[in-house]
Amino acid sequence: MNIPIYLDNNATTPMDPRVLEAMLPYFNEKFGNAASRNHAFGWVAEEAVDYAREQVAKLIGASEKEIIFTSGATESDNLAIKGVFEMYKDKGNHIITAVTEHKAVLDACKHVEKLGGKVTYLAVKEDGLVDLAELEAAMTPETILVSIMYGNNEIGVIQPVKEIATIAHKHGALFMTDATQAVGKIPVDVNADGIDLLALSAHKIYGPKGVGALYVRRKGPRVKVTAQMDGGGHERGMRSGTLNVPGIVGLGKACELCGLEMESEAKRLSALRDKLQSALTVLEESYVNGNVEHRLPHVANISFKYVEGEGLMMAMKDLAVSSGSACTSASLEPSYVLKSLGLSDDLAHSSIRFGLGRFTTEEEVDYAVEVTKNAVNHLRELSPLWEMFKEGIDLNSIEWAEH
Amino acid sequence: MAYSDKVIDHYTNPRNVGTLDKSSHKVGTGLVGAPECGDVMRLQIQVDDNNVITDAKFKTFGCGSAIASSSLATEWLKGKSIDDAMKIDNMDIVEELALPPVKIHCSVLAEDAIKAAINDFRVKNGLAPIESEKVHH
Repeated sequence: MNIPIYLDNNATTPMDPRVLEAMLPYFNEKFGNAASRNHAFGWVAEEAVDYAREQVAKLIGASEKEIIFTSGATESDNLAIKGVFEMYKDKGNHIITAVTEHKAVLDACKHVEKLGGKVTYLAVKEDGLVDLAELEAAMTPETILVSIMYGNNEIGVIQPVKEIATIAHKHGALFMTDATQAVGKIPVDVNADGIDLLALSAHKIYGPKGVGALYVRRKGPRVKVTAQMDGGGHERGMRSGTLNVPGIVGLGKACELCGLEMESEAKRLSALRDKLQSALTVLEESYVNGNVEHRLPHVANISFKYVEGEGLMMAMKDLAVSSGSACTSASLEPSYVLKSLGLSDDLAHSSIRFGLGRFTTEEEVDYAVEVTKNAVNHLRELSPLWEMFKEGIDLNSIEWAEH
Repeated sequence: MAYSDKVIDHYTNPRNVGTLDKSSHKVGTGLVGAPECGDVMRLQIQVDDNNVITDAKFKTFGCGSAIASSSLATEWLKGKSIDDAMKIDNMDIVEELALPPVKIHCSVLAEDAIKAAINDFRVKNGLAPIESEKVHH
């Protein structure tokens, strides 16, 4: 067992050696530009890209013609949201999303607002799921796009995408989903789920960083997005730029492996996750955040009341975990996702996300449980709030000096 | 974020963790910060008849720097007169622990806790609290 133990697989995953092996020839011996149509070097690269396109499409039940390669999910989210707005703004100017979305979606929506678009940010229920009645009520004749993530990056809850898609379509809007955390972890099928656009990333599924894809539906309806990157007209004119062939080969291989191993892997990981979660919720005043029924198999977000997350992580230095999202943990603000579940700031400050992955072993989980328990107990010994709680003092009755 | 060795030392082996009898008139208690902000410090001092701090204890809810700042404060307080304790400046703590700019508020909180504990002691003993007019760095 190697220390520190990596339990931050929602932030990124280690690359699978089989993926690396598939990629290596495309860095040197098969270095061609996939757009070079007039010689063998280009054909070899193009063939590899076409094959990867099929591998990606197969994992999400799409046709290979519907896959646009990008630099990652952030770019895919931007292309989908800004691209749909630009393409369909004569039809309507309203987009609906949710407050718990990734910043890539939220900030792309903010950009759309600057361009004159209207955006509704749906609140979520206490369990992190979107309220379908609220979505229905927010739909207007001007609504062109509903963008709701498949699985949440911080708490792992899985949104009712099928029902959301049905509501969007009923009102003539497209449905887009950021499925970065869900693809490769649970079955995702663009047709069964009614998805018109879908963002995914390689590095969350044991592939390389810097490559991802956007699924854009071609039939029923035929969806188009306005390119956000101008140039040689690659990717059916929707995303210019010489294709990242080794990265794309890696993404393809990563998708293939997930397709083959997802079912057994999800069972293994949810058993390990449940073991971790049950062992840690034995601790007094510990709470699992988000819906536990509709949740990705490898994530548990737990708040340990009366200890502070950053201090806790320091005591857990043998574990690589995350307190709040890695994207925002450079700031001292507690996670906006947890706060939108209605968690008080102090409980949001006390949360740790455990993200298991393909290379997580039971031994590591057992060790993580011990380390976490000791850390929580150590910090509670130091915590004046824990002492007050134990003495039966209501912390809400104290007038705290905000600073 | 990388913590300094001194922060790690205080965090791993915090000095003077504990609770003094807050009902004693020889004990001053300062409770500062707020749970919503992610930092709460409770610092207590035991004062003898010569106005010398004979014991100091703390408990802190917060990050490693907050815990280290309060642990260091208790070390510095022991043996000091009340008057000298009043002079402890948050920037002394910043310097000693090599706190980065985003963690300066932890040292401010520790200074506030010291002053709050001293004032609690003063009020208990019929003295007026000392108003601090200092602007924090």
